[in-house]
Amino acid sequence: MPFAWFVALRYLRDAKGQTALILAAVSIGVAVVVFLSALITGLQTSLIDKTLGSQAHVTLHAPREAPRSLVFATPGKATSTIVQPASQRLRSIDRWPAVLADMERVAGVTAASPMVVGFGFALRSDAKEAIVVRGVDPERLLAIVDVRAKIVAGRFDVAGGDVAVGSTLARTLDVGVGDKIHIATAEGVDDVVTISGVFTLGNEAIDKTWVLTSLRHAQSLYALPGGATTLELKVADVFDAERVAVELQESTGLDSESWMHLNASLLTGLSAQNQSKSLIQFFVVVAVALGIASVLAVSVVQKSREIGILRAVGTGSRRVLAVFLLQGGILGFVGALIGSAIGALLAKGFEGMSRGADGAPQFPVPIDLSLLATATALATGVGLLAAVLPARRASRIDPAQAIRNG
Amino acid sequence: MVDPVLIVESVVKEYGERVRTRALGGVDLTLRSGELAALIGPSGSGKSTLLNIIGLLDRPTSGRIVVAGADAGALDDRGLTALRARALGFVFQFHHLLPAFTAIENVMLPAWGDEGFPSRAMRADAEALLAAVGLADRMSYRTTDLSGGQQQRVAIARALARRPPLVLADEPTGNLDTESATEVFDLMRRVNREDGTTFLVVTHDPRIADRCDRVIEIVDGLIRSDRKNAAPPRQA
Repeated sequence: MPFAWFVALRYLRDAKGQTALILAAVSIGVAVVVFLSALITGLQTSLIDKTLGSQAHVTLHAPREAPRSLVFATPGKATSTIVQPASQRLRSIDRWPAVLADMERVAGVTAASPMVVGFGFALRSDAKEAIVVRGVDPERLLAIVDVRAKIVAGRFDVAGGDVAVGSTLARTLDVGVGDKIHIATAEGVDDVVTISGVFTLGNEAIDKTWVLTSLRHAQSLYALPGGATTLELKVADVFDAERVAVELQESTGLDSESWMHLNASLLTGLSAQNQSKSLIQFFVVVAVALGIASVLAVSVVQKSREIGILRAVGTGSRRVLAVFLLQGGILGFVGALIGSAIGALLAKGFEGMSRGADGAPQFPVPIDLSLLATATALATGVGLLAAVLPARRASRIDPAQAIRNG
Repeated sequence: MVDPVLIVESVVKEYGERVRTRALGGVDLTLRSGELAALIGPSGSGKSTLLNIIGLLDRPTSGRIVVAGADAGALDDRGLTALRARALGFVFQFHHLLPAFTAIENVMLPAWGDEGFPSRAMRADAEALLAAVGLADRMSYRTTDLSGGQQQRVAIARALARRPPLVLADEPTGNLDTESATEVFDLMRRVNREDGTTFLVVTHDPRIADRCDRVIEIVDGLIRSDRKNAAPPRQA
């Protein structure tokens, strides 16, 4: 074994109490960092998954119709005009199949789906509920929102005149699979449809209002033959959605919205969470570093005579420096291994504790190897860094003085 | 072996910035290979200062030190450390063994710390030395579990570990009972006779001084007398 390793390990072993205490401190610090990272990552992933489980990443609409003034300025005359916004009609996106094909070629876009989205009422006996009718291309929709996995009764089949409705809506209207409901659109078109499936997407506003049907059926309900009012997109990196939305708005002239824009407060919350996580981790790291540094500083003072003897019998100052740097590194590394194990156990325990009514974890607390590796590398680096000052002090000990005064 | 082993030429050592205290006022001393010399003198006479300078742990204010043919004034700190490792052995009054290590580890440390890695030869050497000082059965004892005399014998084995031409001993028997002191001195005498290792022994004990080949007395930073003991008693 190299001299510096041998002496460093022996010193650590010899000062059992001190070593155990500082290892405990480093372990707890690393465990906190690991557990907090895993918890926040799991929490955020689950929040984003829930949010995006029923939502496209980017949505495009035909631009709003802007009113124009019909009064023209006449020289020599002052005219005041009041322009009121027109009520927005449901309009199809011009040449949407071509636009859709273009979208699919945009880098980062993984799926695109055309829709006709309109408003209306669902009626059954004397119940009357406001609904959102969404005419979809089933296969394309499934690539964006996996409705099939969220079906709680019946199946997802919107061929012909069949519809899938949200579970809250079904309960309010007291209908189930196979029942018929009467749909009246805001434009005054009536139709009777059969419910083939009931879904729960987990978002109350959606489960209470959505009626999914085929694109063709919705086109006829809203008198938009061959049209699509909305294009929905899925992107590879969910946090890239806003950039894609802005880019597409510029290139297509359509109005676009990303999930990030619609959930700005969620994102603000997430970033605040990240900041507080970083802050806590920073202070934990500082505390660990101070702990290691102070233990080593005390050890250098305690051992100054021994260091003087080592120097006197021919040990170079670099080797003495290495002895103390190594002690810091070893404390950081071993503490990180123990801490990672504790952190992983905490995470698993927490996951087990926070089970929902169905026994499934409320949200996963993922411990991945890269997190553990990062924490270990960080702690080892912090240990080495914390040891720099004590080690330099040790390497500069004057042997004659240390032996005389020790 | 280089002869003389040690040359000290008009060495002056002063301490302090404003009030300069002269610890050594121009010392000249030559040790020939194979000598066993005692350095005596009252407390504060400059014995330890001279020993530190000869031991390359301190630099003189002026003057020249040549150890085993190497001029210490021409070396930087790393050079001094290397010269110390190869040419000098130290025996201190309070043995100064490292308590965290076993006897054999203590004997191996000088070579290990100099070369970086342990070797089989290093261990064999250390075992032979401990056997030679009569501690073959105490090799893996922690030094704190050894008696004072045993500790000092380990310290001598450590000083000899690199077969240095010159061993400096600072009151090696100072805190030992008479029997242990005799044992330790006999050991040094034997090594001196058998291997031709040169010893410079700082001592307060006139019985020890009388048994050396040569007695150098230092008073107030100057060598007052330097005499040869006519016939050191032959005794192993």
